[in-house]
Amino acid sequence: MTQDNISNPTTFMLDNKIIPFSEGQTIIQAAMAAGEYIPHLCYNPEFKPHGSCKVCTVKANGRQAASCTQLAQADMVVESNTQQINDERRALLQMLFVEGNHFCPSCEKSGNCELQATAYALEMMSPHFDHFSPNRPLDASHPEYLLDFNRCILCSLCVRASRDVDGKNVFALSERGIKTQLIVNAKSGKLGDTDFSDQDKAAHVCPVGVIIKKRVGFTIPIGERAFDVNPISVSPHPVKKGA
Amino acid sequence: MNAPAKPKLRMATATLAGCFGCHMSFLDIDERLFDLIELVEFDRSPLTDIKHCGPCDIGLIEGGLCNAENVHVLREFRANCKILIAVGACAINGGLPAQRNHFPLSLILEEVYHAQHGLVDGFIPNDPELPLPLDKVHPLHEVVKIDYFIPGCPPSGDTIWKVLTDLLAGREPELGHALLHYD
Repeated sequence: MTQDNISNPTTFMLDNKIIPFSEGQTIIQAAMAAGEYIPHLCYNPEFKPHGSCKVCTVKANGRQAASCTQLAQADMVVESNTQQINDERRALLQMLFVEGNHFCPSCEKSGNCELQATAYALEMMSPHFDHFSPNRPLDASHPEYLLDFNRCILCSLCVRASRDVDGKNVFALSERGIKTQLIVNAKSGKLGDTDFSDQDKAAHVCPVGVIIKKRVGFTIPIGERAFDVNPISVSPHPVKKGA
Repeated sequence: MNAPAKPKLRMATATLAGCFGCHMSFLDIDERLFDLIELVEFDRSPLTDIKHCGPCDIGLIEGGLCNAENVHVLREFRANCKILIAVGACAINGGLPAQRNHFPLSLILEEVYHAQHGLVDGFIPNDPELPLPLDKVHPLHEVVKIDYFIPGCPPSGDTIWKVLTDLLAGREPELGHALLHYD
């Protein structure tokens, strides 16, 4: 590393590596383009960032920022893969695990789940906190899709996809704070009473096991799924088969 | 002169609200059991049928806490084991038994002992020998300090072996991508 590299107007430093970026790119966009993994959940490169899960938090010039919303700047010094930041990310994941009901052994999404795979990447060995065990009934009213709200992490990807890509506004996040919940935009509140379909982008963006296509859950056996094969740090957004 | 034989470490295992799958997986270490018994001797365990846990170096607990007896056993292990390890999904987050947690216990007992077809004279068992069910199923770490966790449903024999051999060698257990699974 030379002084010339550090002062290059189109690069920044991420964990002592030089990362090129173009004007308007966020830290995570530039990092991922350079093949560097920053753990994240509510960020999906196909959508406008939401900045809510905070798992992608980095230290940019010494200040904490969500790398999915923070624009890259020349000469910025970014820390990501440090023990302190990873400990904080793991605590965020543990809070997500205990706030919902995440029973991986009986979940169709296991092995293709970004929450689970991110927890593997951050070596989460236990949920640490006390479980909330909330009561969140399923919605099986749609002929092709099941909604299991127990697993929702409020990333809003289905909300963004349905609103911005499908033009349908099938989903929304309701209430605030700890009471925030995913709701379905129908008078009955049931997915079966919306025009949601398998062709919708929203049907295919859930990073966890909330939006589940019926009758194909175990087509690919557990043990052979995307994140069973490769860690999420190697392949953050693989084409997922069978779930 | 020969050095005195190194004393064997003592190890105990128990199943609480679990299915014994983690113990079956432990037996999946197969012939490595012979290596293990060179290093440890078993205290309380389904393998020895010893009923109470004495002072031990390592305790492995499978299953969560669904009744009062589970809590007593867990506390006995914690009081006696230098290192206590939660093994498997049920010990770590309650697992399958914890899926009753969003129903009131009274409703479940009614459903099982009164409402089912053919249970006209059914009654909820109340023999004093039966441990009382807990209101909710809890993972172990919500009641006592747990030193290490081995996730999986069940964790593979290789995973359990890796943690045990790391500990016996004085290393911090490390699983890595191949052995760390919640399913």
